[in-house]
Amino acid sequence: MADKIIIENLSLTYADGVESLRNISLNVPENAVSVLFGPAGGGKSTLLRCLNRLNDLTEVRASVGRILIDGENILDPKTDVIALRRKVGMVFARPVVLPMSIRQNLTYGLELAGENRKSRLDEAVERSLKLAAIWDEIKDRLDDPAIALSGGQQQRVCLARVLALQPEIILLDEPTSGLDPISTGKVESALQELKKEYTVILVPHSVQQAARTADYAAFFLQGELVEYGEGKTIFTTPREKRTEDYVTGRFG
Amino acid sequence: MEKTLNWREFLITRLVRASGYSAIVFVALIFFFLLREGLPTLGEVPISTLLSLRWYPIENYFGILPLVTGSIMVTLGATMVAVPFGIGTAVYISEIAPRWMREILKPLVELLGGLPSVVLGFLGILVLSPFVRTLLDLPTGLTALTGSLLLGGIAVPTVVSIAEDALDSVPRSYREGAWALGATRWQTIWRVTLPAAKSGVLTAIMLGVGRAIGETMTVMMVTGNAPVLAVTPGSLFSPVRTMTATIAAEMGEVANGSIHYHTLFFIGMVLFIISLAVNVAASSVVFRSKQRAERVLS
Amino acid sequence: MMRRLRLNRHLTERLGFISLTLMAVVTVVPIVAVVIYILSQGLPAISWEFLADFPRDGMRVGGILPAIVGTFYLTIGTAVFSVPLGIAAAIYLSEYAPDNALTRLIRIAIINLAGIPSVVYGLFGLGLFVLFLQFGTSILAASLTLSIMTLPVIISTAEEALRAVPQPFRTVSVSLGGTRWQGIQRIVLPQALPGILTGVILGLERAAGETAPILFTGAAFFLPRLPNSPFDATMALPYHLFVISTQVPEMPPQIQYGTALVLLVFVLGMNLVATTIRSRARARRQW
Repeated sequence: MADKIIIENLSLTYADGVESLRNISLNVPENAVSVLFGPAGGGKSTLLRCLNRLNDLTEVRASVGRILIDGENILDPKTDVIALRRKVGMVFARPVVLPMSIRQNLTYGLELAGENRKSRLDEAVERSLKLAAIWDEIKDRLDDPAIALSGGQQQRVCLARVLALQPEIILLDEPTSGLDPISTGKVESALQELKKEYTVILVPHSVQQAARTADYAAFFLQGELVEYGEGKTIFTTPREKRTEDYVTGRFG
Repeated sequence: MEKTLNWREFLITRLVRASGYSAIVFVALIFFFLLREGLPTLGEVPISTLLSLRWYPIENYFGILPLVTGSIMVTLGATMVAVPFGIGTAVYISEIAPRWMREILKPLVELLGGLPSVVLGFLGILVLSPFVRTLLDLPTGLTALTGSLLLGGIAVPTVVSIAEDALDSVPRSYREGAWALGATRWQTIWRVTLPAAKSGVLTAIMLGVGRAIGETMTVMMVTGNAPVLAVTPGSLFSPVRTMTATIAAEMGEVANGSIHYHTLFFIGMVLFIISLAVNVAASSVVFRSKQRAERVLS
Repeated sequence: MMRRLRLNRHLTERLGFISLTLMAVVTVVPIVAVVIYILSQGLPAISWEFLADFPRDGMRVGGILPAIVGTFYLTIGTAVFSVPLGIAAAIYLSEYAPDNALTRLIRIAIINLAGIPSVVYGLFGLGLFVLFLQFGTSILAASLTLSIMTLPVIISTAEEALRAVPQPFRTVSVSLGGTRWQGIQRIVLPQALPGILTGVILGLERAAGETAPILFTGAAFFLPRLPNSPFDATMALPYHLFVISTQVPEMPPQIQYGTALVLLVFVLGMNLVATTIRSRARARRQW
């Protein structure tokens, strides 16, 4: 399988001097679910936010290394970050629906990009809601305020909102942390469908979820990438003692 | 498409930032114009005249001491009214009043803040000053006292709203801690809540005083406007004239560029510097306590 | 011994609460009394003629139309300058300003603008707009003066309203490929609009009731006609009330109270609109 993203020797320091990533090198294959897991504060979310340059919003003092997506270094100052963020979509830990109708939530990104043909927008709404496995539940009330949906539905609308932009890479930062088991199951099975077309990178909210969903898994500890490999291997016969201790529940 | 978007973004960002900076520009401009029109006074009027006891511009007496003492007298009086009633009302609203009472009181106090000062001055002339005159058996009801009472009322909303904010932001756990130790609500208010909100209450008092010094129309209408030195307690019951009222009453009738004109600007400059000092002091109290709170939290 | 102590404590608390309650009552009752008194004294003066006619016979007869129209013009004029500038400044402070010394300086400047005595604004307006820029004693000069005075009220309330819009909306907008301004324009501003409007109206309410800043920048003692350009001076309700209660001897009290009533209705009406918008918006908020 081809590598969609190549991370080379990435280190990152925040403005207050806290080092949050140390010399990370990682290849992310396309059409697979890659999982970044480990205890809190390990640098998983930070890495995720580097991939669509959302870190630009916080004060990063220094970053070294390269992140290549389709061969282009996105950390280059000349990168068009707007185009990058359309290509690399992100779902956050808490479902954040925008204060507007469900339909407007879904078309928001497209309208920002200048798309205003109604047929295109309607088409995108239906396609992305189906992909996020929520079309049947809410197709009759697309013009209701999105806030009226349940937490699980909101999170799938957020996923659909990303899909509407037809990205190539989808980043998910603990997308099921606030959801009940049934909603979690729906999101996880949607991911298995999505990986056929997209490159999916997930920060799971538990080791169990990591083990359930991972094609590839990377274990992060205190800003360091400890071990990276196929999910099967990492969760059954890891090479590193620290990985084994974590996945068997000895700490974390 | 991308290009025009970036261009628009660039332009809007610049405009928005310039608007933000405009506040600094305005303060600087105001100070500049006050200096420009006010400073020539120092060359035209000898300092000894300026610090004399007689304000009678037609005969070139430009002693501003009566005006300064007039302002101080009226402001002190207003403070005596506004501070106890303002803080008392704030404590009542934030600590004692039931919810429905709070919902009535807060908008009413806000309403007082919105009453035009000229309306209060008008009622001061027609209602309050005859009352003061007959009650205290004075030759006229247009006195420093009348001005103080009304000014106190005008400063109350400022004191209440800032003090109430400060009391409100004292964490509930402080109060619960005191109650758990057996303190009554009354003791908690005096020994825990008020001390914890000290800097905010102090700011409230300072800004209230600042509001009173700067008030113009009401004092001009009800204090009688006699430029006499006001330093004895007795002058509270006689007419006085404040700095603000002097500017308002006389600026309309002076020739531009005359000594009198420059002197009125000079008085304005003094008022500006007083309000600058009060506000910088008040805001530094707020800043300092905020920093302390941040240190405790982190 | 213990018992007596406790009794004393509770007695103190009782007395303390009662005295604080009395203080609040003494603070609030006069406000209500003022409004009711002016209503009752002023209502008999109100008639079509009073509202729609010019003052006659040394202003002792007739109506106050020019003052009403003038205050209306001044309020609009103030809004034209202060609303866009104030909202833009609030957007800068809430959405763009870095946490540095310059931003702190802006905040100190705003606090100071709020504290400058209104008559000093009048002097400034006279110095800059009337004389230096040669606008003369005019609606334009008075509106500009009132605008700068109103600015801090608008900036601080608008900033508060903008900051109340949850941060994640902005992050989501950016993550969907939006620029910072697109997020502000499409999400933050619409959500903050009711709060901003409330602040704007409260600021303009103050401007409408002010006298000192317009004394030497735009107010006219008496005009036999309505102003027909921004460079004309104008009558205004608060200044007119000042004039007829201090400068004109033997003024019929009815006209004085009537004028006070119209001014009060103008100002309190704005206040009512502002508080209604605020409470409506709170009830409808989606976050």
